Amino acid sequence: MPLIRSMRNIGHRSVDTIWRIGFAARFFVLILLNSGMSFRRFHLTVRELFFTGVMSLIIILVAGLFVGVVLGLQGYETLKSYGSESALGTLVALSLVRELGPVLAALLFASRAGSAMTAEIGLMKATEQIAAMEMMAVNPIARVVAPRFWAGVISMPLLAAMFSAVGVFGGYLVGVVFIGVDEGSFWSQMQSSVDFQHDIMNGVLKSFVFGVAVTVISLFEGFDAPPTAEGVSGATTRTVVQSSVVVLLLDVVLTAIMFRGI
Amino acid sequence: MLWMLGGWFRMRAPKNKSEGSVVSLQPIVEIRDVNFTYDTRPVLKGINMTFHKGKVIAIMGGSGCGKTTLFRLIGGALKPTKGEIKIDGQVMHELDQAGLYEIRRKMGVLFQFGALFTDMSVYDNVAFQMREHTDLPEEMIRDLVMMKLHAVGLRGTHALMPAELSGGMARRVALARTIALDPMLILYDEPFAGLDPISLTAIGSSIRQLNNALGATSVVVTHDVQESLKIVDYIYFISDGVIVAEGTPAEIQASDKPFVHQFVHGEMDGPVPFQYPGGDYKTDLGVSA
Repeated sequence: MPLIRSMRNIGHRSVDTIWRIGFAARFFVLILLNSGMSFRRFHLTVRELFFTGVMSLIIILVAGLFVGVVLGLQGYETLKSYGSESALGTLVALSLVRELGPVLAALLFASRAGSAMTAEIGLMKATEQIAAMEMMAVNPIARVVAPRFWAGVISMPLLAAMFSAVGVFGGYLVGVVFIGVDEGSFWSQMQSSVDFQHDIMNGVLKSFVFGVAVTVISLFEGFDAPPTAEGVSGATTRTVVQSSVVVLLLDVVLTAIMFRGI
Repeated sequence: MLWMLGGWFRMRAPKNKSEGSVVSLQPIVEIRDVNFTYDTRPVLKGINMTFHKGKVIAIMGGSGCGKTTLFRLIGGALKPTKGEIKIDGQVMHELDQAGLYEIRRKMGVLFQFGALFTDMSVYDNVAFQMREHTDLPEEMIRDLVMMKLHAVGLRGTHALMPAELSGGMARRVALARTIALDPMLILYDEPFAGLDPISLTAIGSSIRQLNNALGATSVVVTHDVQESLKIVDYIYFISDGVIVAEGTPAEIQASDKPFVHQFVHGEMDGPVPFQYPGGDYKTDLGVSA
């Protein structure tokens, strides 16, 4: 009996998960279909850009600086044993632009802006603000969800770029200013080894995909949250967990496609 | 729109409830043989109602009797399992989203706790529908918002945020937002719940006076018998998904139907039992008979 019960539970959870993925996909299509207002009344999107992008800037910049500093320290120690300290700039830049910038910025974005979006929309639902909007003949997907979606999609690549830029500065600070790596080789090696198309644009593409994924998960969880305190708190937790897992999973797939040509 | 508000400012306390209101024989809302089932549980069974222009109608009943479901059906948020609801001659469940939104522009809904947009000021809450559905210049929107807020006695709160308002004030601001576009039909979901006596009277008289001034039809879903009897023209009592009594406030007060008597006089026990059905009491206490 316990075996049958646990199998039934697994079945229920699997079906429920598939249903939710289906609803999320439908929700994503609805966002795209109702995106006109986000551009016609661009001030709605700009307002959300402030809350999702600008308000995330401090955590992104601070984290980017620390990651760059650590990369500089660790990279120098490793490269020194091969006598390649001058390649520190390359190591820091490629690590950040290709990988750490988009991924860490997306994880921080999910924790800071994604959870806030989920909680805000979940509470709007719990306090009947979404229902009130519907009854006023205002489509909440167009008015509330779509501007937040586009704000997330626009701000994510910008935040990732800033993360990488500040990270490179952190690496420069440690490697050149404090340790004494030659400044000329630091920048020139970086310039010669970082390819705009292959490295920077792929990093931007990654962060764009992460932005879409994190924002859709955050908005869907908020919109689908049961209208209770427990429901909103559970949805906020799910946003952070699911976004993190999806970002890491997508990173594996995108890295394999972009850099290994799979 | 402004002439109606002009009427509002000249308004005084009416001697008769419907004084000053426009009463027509053309029904605004027709509910015909409406049934609604949640999963397999029937919530509404064969409901028939007619609401005429200019009237204030109360739908009453105990908790879980189906009145909120009926409220949501009238608003088009749910579709009936059987039967139809016509608003202004249009069958609600046959409308597509555009049609539904079109009819909702002529409706106003006051939610139980106001449902004000917490990220907007009082002013922006009241201006919300005007900005969404009209091309009025901002100066005219400002005048209209101030008039609506003045009508509910809260013009001075226009710069406040919803979190800075008391429960009664929030409800009145929500009322101002509800009438922003001079709706022909106004739905109130438990407008008296949790209010102090002063706010209760303010909301009650506002519902009546606004209905008269706008020439609208108001549907009030409520538990509050005493306040409702003062302001409504007609009352429906729902119990267990069916209409068990209906009539004018005078008829309801004089009714000798046991359910109505229990409800109007707030008796603890009667057709609606105090005890939720359960097993044998002695058995539950572990005492043998």
